[in-house]
Amino acid sequence: MLAYAFRRVLSAIPIALIAVTACFFILRLAPGGPFDGERALPPTVLANLRAHYNLDQPLINQYFIYIWRLLHGDLGPSMVIDGFNVSQLIAIGFPFTLTMALTAFVIATAIGMLAGMVAAVYQNKWPDYVLVLAVMIGVLIPNFLMAALLQLWFGVYLRWFPAGGWVNGSWWHLVLPVTVLAWPHAGRISRLMRGSMIEVLGTNYVRTARSKGLGERLVLARHAIKPALLPVVSYLGPGLSYLLTGSLAVEQIFGLPGIGKYFVTAALNRDYGVVLGTTILYMFIILALNLIVDLVYAWLDPKVRYR
Amino acid sequence: MPGITGKDQVLTAYANKLASLDAPKGRSLTQDALYRLGRNKAAVFSIVLLVLIVVVAFAGPYLVPWGYSQVDWSNIRKPPDFDAGHFLGTDQNGRDMLARVLQGTQMSLIVAFVATLVSVSIGVVYGAVAGYFGGRVDAIMMRFVDIMYALPYILFVIILVVMFGRNPVLLFVGIGAIEWLTMARIVRGQTLSIKEKEFVEAARASGVKPFFIIMRHIVPNLTGPVVIYATLTIPEIIIAESFLSYLGLGVQEPQTSLGTLISAGAPVAEVMPWLLLAPAAVLITLLFCLTYIGDGLRDALDPKDR
Repeated sequence: MLAYAFRRVLSAIPIALIAVTACFFILRLAPGGPFDGERALPPTVLANLRAHYNLDQPLINQYFIYIWRLLHGDLGPSMVIDGFNVSQLIAIGFPFTLTMALTAFVIATAIGMLAGMVAAVYQNKWPDYVLVLAVMIGVLIPNFLMAALLQLWFGVYLRWFPAGGWVNGSWWHLVLPVTVLAWPHAGRISRLMRGSMIEVLGTNYVRTARSKGLGERLVLARHAIKPALLPVVSYLGPGLSYLLTGSLAVEQIFGLPGIGKYFVTAALNRDYGVVLGTTILYMFIILALNLIVDLVYAWLDPKVRYR
Repeated sequence: MPGITGKDQVLTAYANKLASLDAPKGRSLTQDALYRLGRNKAAVFSIVLLVLIVVVAFAGPYLVPWGYSQVDWSNIRKPPDFDAGHFLGTDQNGRDMLARVLQGTQMSLIVAFVATLVSVSIGVVYGAVAGYFGGRVDAIMMRFVDIMYALPYILFVIILVVMFGRNPVLLFVGIGAIEWLTMARIVRGQTLSIKEKEFVEAARASGVKPFFIIMRHIVPNLTGPVVIYATLTIPEIIIAESFLSYLGLGVQEPQTSLGTLISAGAPVAEVMPWLLLAPAAVLITLLFCLTYIGDGLRDALDPKDR
C-alpha cells in the first residue's frame, strides 16, 4: 500500500511540471501584454515596468525564474492590480470559493446518493421517472442559464431569496448559487448511483440475502449500498474539481467575492501572474484529488495496487 | 460441371428450393440499428424537432419581416407585438428578437458543427495512432492526454480564446481543440481491440503501410462509438460556446449566438423577460434533443444492451 502510494505521488510530479510549463508558454506566446492599456505608456516607463517584472529577459530565463520562485512557494506579483501579489489575491478570494464549492459538494453528494438509491429501488416507476427528469434538467441546462432562470423566478418574481450580491455571513445569499452549483453534481452522482445500484440488486448475493428471508431494508443496508458506492467514490474527485471550476462562473453571475472575478479579469488583461497562479492552484487541487481517489480506490480494491 | 458423386446436384437443388421458398431477407447491422432507433419514440421525436430547428434557423431569416441587426426606431424595448411584426418583441436597441434568436441559433449550430468536426478529427486520428502503435508511443501520447485532463478545462478555454483573440473561426477551432480528449481515449480503446482482428493482420501481412491500415481498416470500424460520442459532444460544445459568449469572449456584435442573447437578456430579465426566455427556450430544446438523439443512437448501435 505504501509503495503504491509512493509510486502514485512520484508519477504525479512530472505531470504537474509539464502542465505548468505548457500553461506558461501558451500564455506567453499569446499576443498582447499586461501593459497594453487604453493609453500608451511612455517608452521609458514601459521599459522600467517590463524590467521590474523581468519581462525584458528572454522567455526561457523568465520561465526558469518563475519555476524557481514557484518551488519556493512564491507565485509572483500581480502585474495589473498594484501592490498585491498573487498569493494575497488567492488568499482573499479562494476561501470563499472553497467554502461554496464544498457546501455544494456535501449537499449534492448526499442528495445525489439518496436520489440514486430511490430511483434504483423504484426502477421504472414514477419516482424513477421524476428523478431521471430532474437529473436531465440539472445536467443539461448550463449553469449560467440555470442561474439566470432561478434568479428571475425565485429572486424577482417570488422574492424568496436575494437574486445576487453578498452580505458578509448571510447564508441566505448562498442558497441560489449553491443550488446552481449543486444540481448538476447531484444529477451525475445519482445517475451513477442508480446504475450501479440496479446492477448490484441483480447480483446473486442479493438474491441469496432475499431468499434467506432478510427484509428489503436490511438487504439494502447490509448488502447493496456498500458495493454500489464504488463508482460514486471514483467520481467524487473529478466532481469536486468540476464544482471548483464551475464556481468561477457562478461567482461571476451572482456577484460573489470569490476567485472567479479575479481570474476572468486577469485573463482579459493578460495579468500573467494571476492567470498562471490560479491555473496552477486548480491544477494541483485536481491532481491531489485524483491522487486521493486513486489511493482510496486502492485501499478498497486490492487488485488495483498490483497493476 | 456436374460432380461425380452427385453432391453438387443435391446442393443446387437445395439452394433452388430455398430461393423459391422466399426465405426472409437478412438485415444488415445498419438496418438493424435504424430499426431500433425508430422504435425509440423520444429519439425520433428529437430528430424531427432538431431538423425543424435547423431548417427554421437557416430558412427563417429570409421569411421574417426584420433583419437581425435592423433597428426599428418606433419599437424599442417592446414586448411581443404581432401588428408590428415583432413576434418575440424587441431589445433595448429596437432590434427584432425573433430575427436575433434565429441568427443566434444559426450561429450556435455552426459553432457546434465546426467544433465537433475539429474535435472528432483530432480525437480519432490521435486515438487511432496511439492505439495502433501501442507500446512507448501509446504511453507517451496517452500521458499527454492525462496532462491535458489535469488542466482545469474552462480556465484553459478562456486562456485559448483570449490568446486567439475574437476571431470566430479560431473560437470554433479553440473549443474543438479542447474537446477531443475523451474522444481520443474512447478511440484508443476500440483500436486496441480492432488491431488484433484478422483483417488487420492480413493487411499488415500483405505489406500495407501503417497510415493506410489506420485510415482504411481501423477508422471505418470506429464509426459507431465515434458517432455516438460526437452527438453527445455537440451539447457540451454549445454549452461551452454560450458560456464563453456569456463572459463576453465569444461571438461579437451585431452577430449573435444563443449564449450572447442569454447573457444580454439575463440582467434585464426583470423588466423585459422575453429577452431571456426566448433564447433560453431554444437552447434548452436544442440541448434536450441532442442528448436524446445521442442516447438513442447509443442504445441502437451498442449491441450489448439489446
